[in-house]
Amino acid sequence: MTTISSSYDPVPELAHGNNYLTHTRGVLSWLFTLDHKRIGVMYLVGILGSFFLGGVFAVLVRTELLFQGEQVLTDDQYNQMFTLHGAVMTFLVIIPGIPAALGNFVLPIMLGAKDVAFPRLNLASFYLWTLGAIFFLAVLASGGLDTGWTFYTPYSIETNTAVIGATAGAFILGFSSILTGMNFIVSIHQLRPPGMTWFKMPLFLWALYATAIIQVLATPVLAITLLLLIAERTFQVGIFDPKLGGDPVLYQHFFWFYSHPAVYIMILPAMGVISELVSVFSRKHIFGYRFIAYSSIAIALFGFLVWGHHMFTSGQSNMMNMIFSALTFSVSIPSAIKVFNWLATMYKGSISLATPMCYALIFIFLFGIGGLTGLFLTTLATDIQLHDTYFVVAHFHYVMMGGTMIAFFGALHYWWPKMTGRMYSEMWGRLAAFLVFVGFNTTFFPQFVAGSQGMPRRYADYKEMYAGYHFVSSIGSYIMAVAFVIMACYLLHSLFRGRKAPANPWGANTLEWHCSSPPPHQNFDEQPAVGDCYDYSGLEYDTATDSYVPKSRTAVTT
Amino acid sequence: MAIDEFAESMSLASAPSPSASFWLPPQGSTVAQGVDSVFYYIFWISLFFFALIVVLMVWFVFRYRRRPGHEAQQTATHSIGLELTWTIIPVIIVCTMFYKGFASFMDMAVPPANAYEIEVVGQKWSWNFIYPNGYIDSELHVPVDRDILLTMSSEDVIHSFFIPAFRVKKDVVPGRFTKLWFRATNPGEFLVFCTEYCGTQHSDMTTTCYVHPVGEFEKWLAKASNFLDQMTPAEGGKLLYQRRGCTQCHSVDGISGIGPSFKNLFGKSHLMTDGSTVTVDENYIRESILNPQKLIVAGYEAVMPTYAGRLTDREISAIIAYIKSITEGYSGDESVPEESSAPANEEAVGDKPGANANEGRQTNDE
Repeated sequence: MTTISSSYDPVPELAHGNNYLTHTRGVLSWLFTLDHKRIGVMYLVGILGSFFLGGVFAVLVRTELLFQGEQVLTDDQYNQMFTLHGAVMTFLVIIPGIPAALGNFVLPIMLGAKDVAFPRLNLASFYLWTLGAIFFLAVLASGGLDTGWTFYTPYSIETNTAVIGATAGAFILGFSSILTGMNFIVSIHQLRPPGMTWFKMPLFLWALYATAIIQVLATPVLAITLLLLIAERTFQVGIFDPKLGGDPVLYQHFFWFYSHPAVYIMILPAMGVISELVSVFSRKHIFGYRFIAYSSIAIALFGFLVWGHHMFTSGQSNMMNMIFSALTFSVSIPSAIKVFNWLATMYKGSISLATPMCYALIFIFLFGIGGLTGLFLTTLATDIQLHDTYFVVAHFHYVMMGGTMIAFFGALHYWWPKMTGRMYSEMWGRLAAFLVFVGFNTTFFPQFVAGSQGMPRRYADYKEMYAGYHFVSSIGSYIMAVAFVIMACYLLHSLFRGRKAPANPWGANTLEWHCSSPPPHQNFDEQPAVGDCYDYSGLEYDTATDSYVPKSRTAVTT
Repeated sequence: MAIDEFAESMSLASAPSPSASFWLPPQGSTVAQGVDSVFYYIFWISLFFFALIVVLMVWFVFRYRRRPGHEAQQTATHSIGLELTWTIIPVIIVCTMFYKGFASFMDMAVPPANAYEIEVVGQKWSWNFIYPNGYIDSELHVPVDRDILLTMSSEDVIHSFFIPAFRVKKDVVPGRFTKLWFRATNPGEFLVFCTEYCGTQHSDMTTTCYVHPVGEFEKWLAKASNFLDQMTPAEGGKLLYQRRGCTQCHSVDGISGIGPSFKNLFGKSHLMTDGSTVTVDENYIRESILNPQKLIVAGYEAVMPTYAGRLTDREISAIIAYIKSITEGYSGDESVPEESSAPANEEAVGDKPGANANEGRQTNDE
């Protein structure tokens, strides 16, 4: 078996002896590491911790809404819980989730590089994320926050909760995001190996590239907005406060000028992940590579022009409403193209229902609903009815949770063997995926109906006519909570007891599967050769190593 | 009178029953039907495409499942014709959605001329509706089949005015006026929500819109506007307490809310945040209403908005009378002679405007 040694597949026994996890030891070797893989793992730990925290807030919110009247939280506590749930999940989990944790780990290896272009900047961006997270925890400890994650003025100017702490935290997290974006843009421009032209890049890299563009261009606007808000609270400047001649709606323009593109910061990397998963687990070349790549860029660019659709009821002029409604429809087209291309990729494939593919299929189902319900909110007449109701809550959870977080978990299960060197239990993996799917739909589907029937969002209590929807929704959230506990258990179990992962358990052909699991410190001993990363004809399953290997190699060894 | 009531009940009985559906609440205004048809237009197209996606996905997963002897068959890696097809078809479809939605939106965005105007003021956490004659109510009363134009503003933060059955919603923004119009098609009562998060009791910032049958609205307004003439000051004060936003923070059962309870308040001594002690008398109550930030009872936040210019002296006196009336052991004070007046008490209570609203409610339920 070991007669051939090539850059393609380092000898597994050797690789396990020296990988990025065992390269150096000690806490300090992690805290001061410049290795993108370790930084990615540290991000992952932080993001999963934040996801747990945000999840606890979510369960508290749903428990309060289980029945009419006060259950476990007072009105003020409820307002803090939904605010913290939104702020933690948005700023600490979904925005950095795929790019900073998984992207950091995978991007340089996909490029056949040793690291990102600026490893020190990468570590700095991780510490900025940590600092931002500490600010959020400090807010939690010091009176909380009750503005909603959107910090709308003038409420955010008046409330006596810790608005400055939270906005300062979001400001710092924004810089973390900008630095990661810059690093990725430069890495993709500069570090691609010979032979990997733009249109030979894995689509995940296209998605990260489009994401990075938005991060670099849009996030500074958030930073400025939050600084203005802090200035307004501290010095009463009169930018947003109507009492001082300011305009509270101006804040909404500033905020959504960032936060709508930020929605695409969240969903684009997820779409990139799905493009990889669908192709690998169907053993089919991705269909319509260029359309998918261009649609990522199109979404990134269109995303800048649609922020006004959050403000159809704010009193902005009818002309603005018309323009923003029309422009917003343009975003739906590239998303539709991607979904059809994924389906075409599956056509006549050999479809494996391994856990990552289960998440990819769940993504297509849930993102389908999330995307299509977006049409109701883009259309002016129907948005008037649905704006700020549970319909919107359900819509963005279908996109952000059903889309981004499902893709995140798909990607986590996909790259878990590569990151940890261990395989998790497929049986438990699929079971958890199924429970997430059931729990998710039980939680959020009734919210569409409650919302179109008029149930406003951010309500600590509700009228009796909405009781049924809320009860079912809360039960669904408990099912999801159970699913995530199961996931945590089998993933932790795999770290200690899991089967050792082979180099290429899924039969993928992007470069990260060309090095051992876990990868060595330097990723590759020599520059790997680059082919078509969606061509699986050269790979076949090898029962002895439980791994996919090049056909030529088994031909030689047998 | 009996004939009038009979006619009223007849007109309600013959009103067409509003149509609610699984997705949408009953249609209560002229724009509702247009909005609903756009909703279902998008709904059926979305359902078709969603079914298409899911059926294809499930079929492919089943048909091409990985199994021994089954190999992936490499098909074309792209097809410009196919991809342009599923680019152009969605483009055409969303263009039709945009157009339908825009046309229907313009119907609700442009107020008709000669509408009946009502001023709306949002504040944490109640609504005030100011009718053309100056009468203020915390509930919205409108005539059926008449264009109503609401001119809305906010006392504090952003609120949003939403009547689900009418399919209308507009933010209520401090520092500017926003306008919203509708024409109710069915008598009855309809929920009004605040849909822009506005703090602690956002979810209690709800009220009711009463749609009166033809001819009833004017009668209601005339009666409601004169309520202080029809009852004792204490009863008038109670109505003001219920309608002008006091209930949101001040209870009458002795339990402290955001502000001190009104129960047994009169004559009580309070420690203030500035360290002084104040005995609650007429002047203190008056000052607390007109300049609420001046003296704050220890243990409470300075959150009450001022009512200067929004309550007349007569109304403030009525509220003081009401607080006295729910203070146990308060036996009357020579400085407030009107306290002991009102021989026609019973009659006035029976005739209060709230009772009228209740009538409408009951008839409508039938």
